[in-house]
Amino acid sequence: MNASTAVTVEGFVAESLVTHGRDPRHLLQHLIRVQQRFSCVPDAAVEALSAALDVTRTQVRAAIAFYAFLHERPRGAFEIRFSDNITDRMLGSRRLIRLLIERLELSGLPAWGRDLIRDDGRVSVGLASCTGMCDQGPALLVNGQAVTNLDAQRVDRIADLVQEGIPLERWPGEFFRVENNIRRHGLLLSNPANDGAALHRLIDEGADDALAEVERSGLRGRGGAGFTTAIKWRFCREAPGIDRYVVCNADEGEPGTFKDRVLLTDYADLVIEGMTVCAGVIGARRGFLYLRGEYRYLLPHLESVLQRRRAEGLLGTMILGRDGFDFDIEIHLGAGAYICGEESALIESLEGKRGVTRKRPPFPVTSGFDDQPTVVNNVETFLAAARVVQWGGYWLRGEGTDQSAGSKILSVSGDCAWPGIYEYPFGTPVHQVLSDCGAENTQAVQISGAAGATLSPADFDRIIAFEDLPTAGSFMIFDDSRDLLDMVRNFAAFFAHESCGFCTPCRVGGALLRNLVEKVAAGQGSEYDLSEMRHIGAVMRQASYCGLGHTAPNHVLNTLDKFPQIYRRRLEREAHTPSFDLDSALSEARALTGRDDIGAHIRAQIPEGSEVSA
Amino acid sequence: MVEKPRVATASLCGCFGCHMSLLDIDERILQLVDLVTFDRTPLTDIKTLGDCDLGLIEGGVANAENVEVLREFRRCCKTLVAVGACAVNGGIPAMRNQFGLAECLRESYCEGIGVHNPGIPNDPEIPLLLNQVHPIHEVVAIDYVLPGCPPSADAIWTFLTELLEGRPIAFPYTQIHFD
Ligand SMILES: Cc1cc2nc3c(=O)[nH]c(=O)nc-3n(C[C@H](O)[C@H](O)[C@H](O)COP(=O)(O)O)c2cc1C
Ligand code: SF4
Ligand code: SF4
Repeated sequence: MNASTAVTVEGFVAESLVTHGRDPRHLLQHLIRVQQRFSCVPDAAVEALSAALDVTRTQVRAAIAFYAFLHERPRGAFEIRFSDNITDRMLGSRRLIRLLIERLELSGLPAWGRDLIRDDGRVSVGLASCTGMCDQGPALLVNGQAVTNLDAQRVDRIADLVQEGIPLERWPGEFFRVENNIRRHGLLLSNPANDGAALHRLIDEGADDALAEVERSGLRGRGGAGFTTAIKWRFCREAPGIDRYVVCNADEGEPGTFKDRVLLTDYADLVIEGMTVCAGVIGARRGFLYLRGEYRYLLPHLESVLQRRRAEGLLGTMILGRDGFDFDIEIHLGAGAYICGEESALIESLEGKRGVTRKRPPFPVTSGFDDQPTVVNNVETFLAAARVVQWGGYWLRGEGTDQSAGSKILSVSGDCAWPGIYEYPFGTPVHQVLSDCGAENTQAVQISGAAGATLSPADFDRIIAFEDLPTAGSFMIFDDSRDLLDMVRNFAAFFAHESCGFCTPCRVGGALLRNLVEKVAAGQGSEYDLSEMRHIGAVMRQASYCGLGHTAPNHVLNTLDKFPQIYRRRLEREAHTPSFDLDSALSEARALTGRDDIGAHIRAQIPEGSEVSA
Repeated sequence: MVEKPRVATASLCGCFGCHMSLLDIDERILQLVDLVTFDRTPLTDIKTLGDCDLGLIEGGVANAENVEVLREFRRCCKTLVAVGACAVNGGIPAMRNQFGLAECLRESYCEGIGVHNPGIPNDPEIPLLLNQVHPIHEVVAIDYVLPGCPPSADAIWTFLTELLEGRPIAFPYTQIHFD
């Protein structure tokens, strides 16, 4: 490590500017590189970037403050972040965090936004939102690289490697192995082969024909909202603009979702082909793949696929020899912000800024990247689109339901024998997924991630389809040994942490919900708190500015309806309980005055009705 | 004769500004005493609290006595209202939450300019301060909040008259804009 430390911050920034350019929209990408190299973004880098890119210091600092993986002050030379999704916890991550902390002689426990940093600067331990390794967790990130399948032995070994200062390149390779775990192949997964067939068809039959096939297929977005893909492409194609852009949303931040990771690992060619076809249809010359920071290990692989496709004439200038068909793709990294999966926040982030949602309308199809017409689609959507253009719209319609053509790829995790990737025709009931993955005694399923819906056994006959249970793919299973309040606590903390802070219902409501959930969990809650949770949840749904705030209270409201006992059995008898412990709130005054008389204490409230009023 | 609704008020950790604002309804106070009977309130100087229909609380919760008074109000009043920024949010007194209690007391009673006989008072007569100042809804359930520092006399009047008449409470814009 030492030899390379000699590189000065200024020198490093200068080099980054030479290789990656001075477009102010590359700010975030430069910051990520600096962070990577120096375990923080030192003041000198802020100065240098602000001068070179002509953005204000405040803008640079605002970006650093916004993204969870960027820091103004150094974390450890080994920056360790445990994935803190509920599925990691169910696999024992809390115990492993404690073990590592003990081995590294740190004290306390990391919390959201509070990392433990060792005095010698060697190592820090913190938390990360779901890192997308739920089928092979518990997982962590060390200097941004994913480590999977943690157990006590592995954590022990990591502690040794850190103590000995062994650079990551020399850590055992199996630590970084990420499995695909594809358990059920359907329409899309059964055939990874790709030879540019969709592009050939596009060139042979023309863009109108390609768009007609997408239209015929009824393909709807796989990223959650389910907007009809052909309509999106057509709007973008017809919108006035100087340039057009294609953006692949590979942010995959929804807890419990990891199918895009697998698609980018084994089906990257098809995803890129889908983007290229889209470019041909809408007339775009530039595209971006926005890859979540947690998947940075995929970067070399993806770059090599892009490079190969350029060599094969499937990307770049004059694609397949066609004059004027120029399209190329840049990969942009995220830096740990769930909200950047929301398309307008994603575009802000692509432009190098904080990932704060934009006002809509205008929607990205008319005013997206650089205020130009932009298509944003999920990874799986592009993959399906490539096949649709290759094999025709009816091919997709061959399975699925009325309003949900084709298949859906699920990321299955939690209490089951075979977690992993399952592709099903739309219309498949929940119970079928459960029996295929070997789930037993299932108490609940959280479908479509923390933002999705909580299902009780009464819902297990319902079907996965936009008509009934829409899903972005996350499918987390909880058996009857689990306390579902642990899930609620995890999600409530997640949303409070991930709120971008722009609007009050979500920023404040999320924090209030988290506090109330914690109050109930601590056995200090009352009926009144439950009604407050409902009330705050309803306001968040109604008044939040974007989808994050609209969906953040779902898990609380769903479990209050379907699993009221997880709250009820912890309630105090009173109708209302204080939000803090009254008697301990006098502790400092007692200590300062040395008093301990009866007036120096506040007794617990006597339940209403059992006391004669004064 | 139908009994008039009984109203009680208290100032916890506030500046009495909210009570002053209530008095700012001027001659309408005469209408008010026709409409209601005052129970415990600094306006009547009655010190004991009976069963009431309405309780108005000014100020946040800063010491043990505030807790006691507030709980008693909750027990006795059918409807309890947080009046003013201090009751609603903790307000000005909650600015001390930025500092430790020890720091505050030392500054006031030991190290501040012009302090004689330095020492933190510890007479059992004096209620102990809580570590932090809290809004009243963190201690008891409340039914309405009336924000403002203080809420204007007109806003208080609108609130009281509409509540007493059992109407849904709605304020004209001029009463709730603060700029
Ligand atoms: C808070 C939030 C997070 C989101 N995260 C993702 C994501 O990680 N991946 C994704 O494809 N879409 C995500 N979306 C949906 C996108 O905004 C957008 O609808 C989607 O990328 C459109 O692509 P599609 O039509 O192919 O589904 C998110 C939306 C919200 C509100
Ligand atoms: S709802 Fe939440 S994430 Fe969305 S804009 Fe408001 S604060 Fe930001
Ligand atoms: S809200 Fe304002 S006027 Fe009312 S008690 Fe507090 S400081 Fe005084």
